[in-house]
Amino acid sequence: MINLAAGVEGSNPVLNISIFGVFVAITLVIVFRASRNTKTASDYYAAGRAFTGPQNGIAIAGDYLSAASFLGIAGAIAVYGYDGFLYSIGFLVAWLVALLLVAELLRNTGKFTMGDVLAFRMRQRPVRAAAATSTLAVSFFYLLAQMAGAGILVSLLLGISSSVGQAVVISVVGVVMIFYVLVGGMKGTTWVQIIKAALLIAGAFVMTVWVLGKYGFNLSSLFGGAVDRAGSGGDKLLNPGARYGLNGTSKIDFLSLGIALVLGTAGLPHVLMRFYTVPTAKDARKSVVWAIALIGIFYLFTLVLGYGAAALVGKDKILKAPGGENSAAPLLAQELGGPVLLGFIAAVAFATILAVVAGLTITASASFAHDVYANVIKKGKVDDPDAEVKVARITALVIGAVAIAGGILAKDQNVAFLVALAFAVAASANLPTILYSLFWKRFNTQGALWSIYGGLGITIVLIIFSPAVSGTTKSMIKGVDFHWFPLQNPGLVSIPLSFFLGWLGTVLSKEHNQDKYAEMEVRSLTGVGAEKATPH
Amino acid sequence: MSLTEQDTTGDGPPVDVWEEAHNSAEFQQLRTRLRRFVFPMTALFLLWYLLYVLLADYAHGFMSTKVVGNINIGLIFGLLQFVSTFVITGLYVRYANRQLDPIAEKIREDLDGVVK
Repeated sequence: MINLAAGVEGSNPVLNISIFGVFVAITLVIVFRASRNTKTASDYYAAGRAFTGPQNGIAIAGDYLSAASFLGIAGAIAVYGYDGFLYSIGFLVAWLVALLLVAELLRNTGKFTMGDVLAFRMRQRPVRAAAATSTLAVSFFYLLAQMAGAGILVSLLLGISSSVGQAVVISVVGVVMIFYVLVGGMKGTTWVQIIKAALLIAGAFVMTVWVLGKYGFNLSSLFGGAVDRAGSGGDKLLNPGARYGLNGTSKIDFLSLGIALVLGTAGLPHVLMRFYTVPTAKDARKSVVWAIALIGIFYLFTLVLGYGAAALVGKDKILKAPGGENSAAPLLAQELGGPVLLGFIAAVAFATILAVVAGLTITASASFAHDVYANVIKKGKVDDPDAEVKVARITALVIGAVAIAGGILAKDQNVAFLVALAFAVAASANLPTILYSLFWKRFNTQGALWSIYGGLGITIVLIIFSPAVSGTTKSMIKGVDFHWFPLQNPGLVSIPLSFFLGWLGTVLSKEHNQDKYAEMEVRSLTGVGAEKATPH
Repeated sequence: MSLTEQDTTGDGPPVDVWEEAHNSAEFQQLRTRLRRFVFPMTALFLLWYLLYVLLADYAHGFMSTKVVGNINIGLIFGLLQFVSTFVITGLYVRYANRQLDPIAEKIREDLDGVVK
């Protein structure tokens, strides 16, 4: 049934699958061990808040460095040169928003979800329903991107080109992920992310040193190699503009993307939820510091890997390989270390998808069970303490099934577009509400609702009528043209509009809860009464 | 008691405990110190990032100027974004450890006995 034709020339699918199998086996054992202590909601959603800052920082890096940023950025640098590097800068600088404005205050005010923070001083049910809606929307788009990426990886690394074969592999990945989440909860998921982050960063480090070694540890010589390999006009690889400098619209599009990237991270629900897995706000701060260090170093590696692939593999070979520019890093691994290193990198890439998808699934299921089920439907009166976790587990199962189905259907979609969409929704629907809620005294329920639903609605409408969906040869739907919005990325319009709607909705409503604001600010800044770690 | 589902009119502590804590000189100092650092710093790094994006977007000639070998201004500016991110992280951690944590800890200790 599975057609084992070679994907990447010289790749050994059996070896790739074996290395990945070892990773799955080791992580399954750890997940089983982690599951022994997973009993309460706090255990399931927040790993009993017992991870240390550094552990959580490594897990955040594991959660954040998705296949899109590993394969995608290295590939974009290899093919477009400098313009690929711009992505990594946006993805990294974004962490300062999380560090300075969000992480610690969020840890001090909430329990499990973004909805906890928003609902603190507003009317519970509408605000939680809104927060859950945007959490589910962001998670869904992000999930789809990861699963679609899995499909591309399958054809690239395992040489499975038949659609039945790909569907089988996507399903296997999905089932393993569901198992991690159901059995291990947040603790199991976190360990999977930690192991994956360590493997990914170690693999990228080895390749970076290897590439630099070939050029006498001289960055300038490496760039020279990339330029020479590209032939005439190769100089463009080192200069900005190869991808986004085509015309006026593409330049504005790049600006829009840049803004969405830098403001999206601190609104990603699966990133926010990670701050609840540590015992104190100070540990949340340490987590972000570790995450910034690891993510920053990793993106410096991808700079070398991208230009290394351009120099040693060559742009033409990369674009001809199955998976196109996404194949740059795997092809470089093969060039350097043959089938064994390729197998390792392939397994790490699969592990990446597995870990990120597990993180998204647990976040979405927590938001549904905690915000929608426990607080909107049951109005905060869930008698059986196990009921909420049971609902979360069922939700995880449903989301897992949706992810598998979506991944099979979306496998030919443009992965970068889906990720950009998730960042744009996070920056528009979530970030304004979180910032207003934490820092603006006057902010109220109506403002939160206008900002969340408005931001979500505007972003999705602009995306539907953008050239990403229709009207060009690279659009999602081919053959029709109903686009009127010129940009691929809506951030430039949707983010300011959401901030404006949050302000407008607030000033048009009389609601103002001074007492709750005082309480929230004291709690958020000092950590009085913040949820503590559960001892085991 | 949970943080988010509590009833302000119920058997919890009187609401004015929070008002009082909020109005205390110590808390106001903590609040001012936090805001005095994070707001200007956020404005600074966002403007610096925006400047970089705009230069990479619209000033191709300038960014393509070679400095040493194949290293051009664009690459140096890009790497400086990494440097500034690391530096701001370090500055914030030092500031928070020295200027914010001691006050927050004191207020927390005072209040932990009174409220949950």
